[in-house]
Order: sequence, then C-alpha cells, then structure tokens
Amino acid sequence: MELLAFGKTGWGDELFYATLMTLAVSVTAMIIGFCFALIFTPLKLSKNKFLSLIGNFYTTVIRGVPELLVIYLFFFGGSGAIMYVASIFGYNEYIEINAFITGSFAIGIISGAYSTEVFRGAIQSIDRGQFEASKVLGVKKHIQFYKIILPQMLRLAIPNLSNVWQITLKDTSLISVTGLVEIMRQSYIAAGSTRDPLFFYSFAAVLYLLLTYISMKLINRLEVKYSRGY
Amino acid sequence: MDFELMINSFPKLLSATIITLKLLSASLFFGLFIGLLFAILRMNKNLIINKFAYGYSYVFRGTPLLVQIFIIYFGLGQIEYLRSTILWIILKEPYWCAIIAFALNTGAYTSEILRSAFQTIKPGYIEAGKSLGISNKIIFYKIQIPIAIRQSLPAYGNEIILMLKGTSLASTVTLMDLTGVAKYIISTTFKPIEVFIVAGSIYLFLTFLVHTTIKYLERKFSF
Repeated sequence: MELLAFGKTGWGDELFYATLMTLAVSVTAMIIGFCFALIFTPLKLSKNKFLSLIGNFYTTVIRGVPELLVIYLFFFGGSGAIMYVASIFGYNEYIEINAFITGSFAIGIISGAYSTEVFRGAIQSIDRGQFEASKVLGVKKHIQFYKIILPQMLRLAIPNLSNVWQITLKDTSLISVTGLVEIMRQSYIAAGSTRDPLFFYSFAAVLYLLLTYISMKLINRLEVKYSRGY
Repeated sequence: MDFELMINSFPKLLSATIITLKLLSASLFFGLFIGLLFAILRMNKNLIINKFAYGYSYVFRGTPLLVQIFIIYFGLGQIEYLRSTILWIILKEPYWCAIIAFALNTGAYTSEILRSAFQTIKPGYIEAGKSLGISNKIIFYKIQIPIAIRQSLPAYGNEIILMLKGTSLASTVTLMDLTGVAKYIISTTFKPIEVFIVAGSIYLFLTFLVHTTIKYLERKFSF
C-alpha cells in the first residue's frame, strides 16, 4: 500500500493526476468526435451520391483500421502536416504539437466515426410522420430540428452513445505510446521504477473499471431523464 | 506522395499480415471456447457461478485490451512461483501472451453475444423438443446451438472485426505484426501517410473479407 502513498514516497498523487488526464483526453476526444459527427451525419444521410460517399468513406475507413495505426499516423504525421500548412503562409520554423492535442484529435476522429453511425441510426429510426406532421404545421426547419427531431433522437441515441463513450475511454490507453502521461503511461513509468508491473497494471485496470462503472451510473440517469413520457 | 516507398513497403507489410492473421485465428479459436463456456455458466441458476461469469465479462469488457496484455506479459513474469512451472515456457513468449490476452478479451465479448443469442431462442422450440421426448442434451446440441449460431452471426462478425483491429496491440509487446512493421517503416522513413495508406488498405481488405463472409453465412443459415 505504501506504493500508492501520496507525496514523494508513493505513486498515489501521480496516478490521481494521470486519471484526471485520461478523463480530460476522453472528454475532449468525445467533443471533437461530436463535431465530426455533426459534419458527417448529414453527409452520410445526404441524397447527393458524392456527399454520401464522403460520409461513408470516413466511417468505413476509420472503423476498419486499427486505432493504433491512426494514432501513429497523427503522432508521426501531425506536426509535418501543420508545418506544411504553415509553410504556405511563410512560416518555416519547426512546430511541435503537444501530445495532448495530437492524442485527443486522433481519438476524437475515431470516436466521431462511431458517433456518426449512432446519430445516423437514431435519425433513421424516427418516424417519417414526425417530419411530415411538423412540415404540415408550418414549423420552421431549424425549430423542427431542435424541438422535434433532436429530443427524440437523443432518447434513441443515448444508450449507443454510452457505448461510444466506453470505447473512447478505453481507446485513450493507446495514446500512452505517444508519451502523454495518462493512466497507462504513468503505470508504465511506476512499474519500471519499482519493478512491480503486476501491481501497477492491475491498479490501472481497477482505475479504468472505476471510470467505466461511474460513467455508466451517470449515463443511466441521463437515460431515465430523456425517456420521460415513454 | 512517395509511390516508390509504397510499392517497396507492400511486400514487407504483406508478410507481416501473416502474423496478424495467425494471432487473429488463434485468439478467435480459443476465444470461442472461452465464450461458450462462460455463456453456459452465465445461464446457470447457481448465483455464485452466475456472478463469477458476469464478473469475468464485466472486467474484461470494462478495461482496455492494452492493460490486459501488459498484465499478462509484464505482470505475470513477476510471480516467482510461475517462473518455475511449465507454464513459463508459454508465458515468456510475447506471441503466446498476446494470444492469451486476446482470447480472454474476445471470450468475454463472445460470451455476451452467445448468452443473448441463447436467451432470444423462443421457449416454444425447447418445449416442442421436450414434448417430442427429445433428451435435454440433444435439444441443446441440435436445437439450441444451431439457432444460437444463426442469431449471433451478425454480432460475432463485428467482434471478429474488433479483434482484427485489436491484434494491432501485439506490436506493443515487441511482436512485428502489420501495425508493428508499419510503425517501424514510419519511424525509419518519416513518411506516415504513405505507409498508413498501404497498411490501412490491407486492414480494410481484411475487414471487407470478414464482412462478406459473415453476410454469406447469414444468408446460408437464415430460415
């Protein structure tokens, strides 16, 4: 137990901050993923063949390629791409992007592909009549979306989004390969310096279990809230 | 775009694909048995056995695969007793450690898939079998299992694709699978996009193959 003490003697405080880092990356990645989903869901549902092809290309490629490969692409290619864009604007210095941004972006793109699929499924399962009825009543397009489609969509989407959250949370362990100090990386460091990998990796597993357990409890509450009236 | 690099790296990546496929088939093979075993335990009426099976699938589904590999590869070697047993021959090899971790992980998911497949079988089928005087064992093997296989095919197809992507983590324990070789080429040439396109296409092709095969089987076994 003294291994987990806070302060200089143990790894308690380091692991605590690492857990916060994991949470921060997961939340950022989830938000970035939502932004991607907001762009790609309409593309995927579009009647224009070309636009729906772009949407399908995104979800198929990202969901068919290992997460680790995507992370390596961003880790090794990220600063190169930014430097290329900067050189167009006449900035030729070396730019290094921080591991947090690269990591959350890589995980965000992956999470976005799953969110896109969830939103697409949710919108498609809303009764056609809802669209038609609101149109007949003369409801404006954006009000129709915010007041009629979105609330129904969220009810259908929340259980699946909670799966996406779980996947995202677990995927953040992979960005430890880029050196960002989250739970996995911190356990790796602690295991290396104390020569007690069994304890620290098992403890990391417990931390992940706690995170998934607590978030499931919170999401269940949200689910109850959004299924009022059903 | 460095097309020469793409062409040159293709054979290397292709030979690494064989390791990926070996890892995948071995872990799916063992995972299926583990999954079936735990699905049966989950349906047991004994509360302790039931809770044990539930705990197994909860832990393996709630933690990242990376942690599981690290515990098995780095962690188990720490136990002195284990080093003296015959198990050590297996556990000192990263290849077998990866397979054990993958099999346990996919076993947890498979057990959930099979359990829900067994539970969606209409009780009428079993009752019909019973009233015809068929023994419980034969009902299980000839009625429940074939229906459960059909029911679980779509979900199991997804699981195979998830596992295919999961094998990429073998590269973190020094195995040179498709992702491992891709990473090696990227870090020596610093051409991430080209290598990503080639390696990604191989993965996508494999995903496509799995998808088509499962679709074919679904059609074949539909009733």
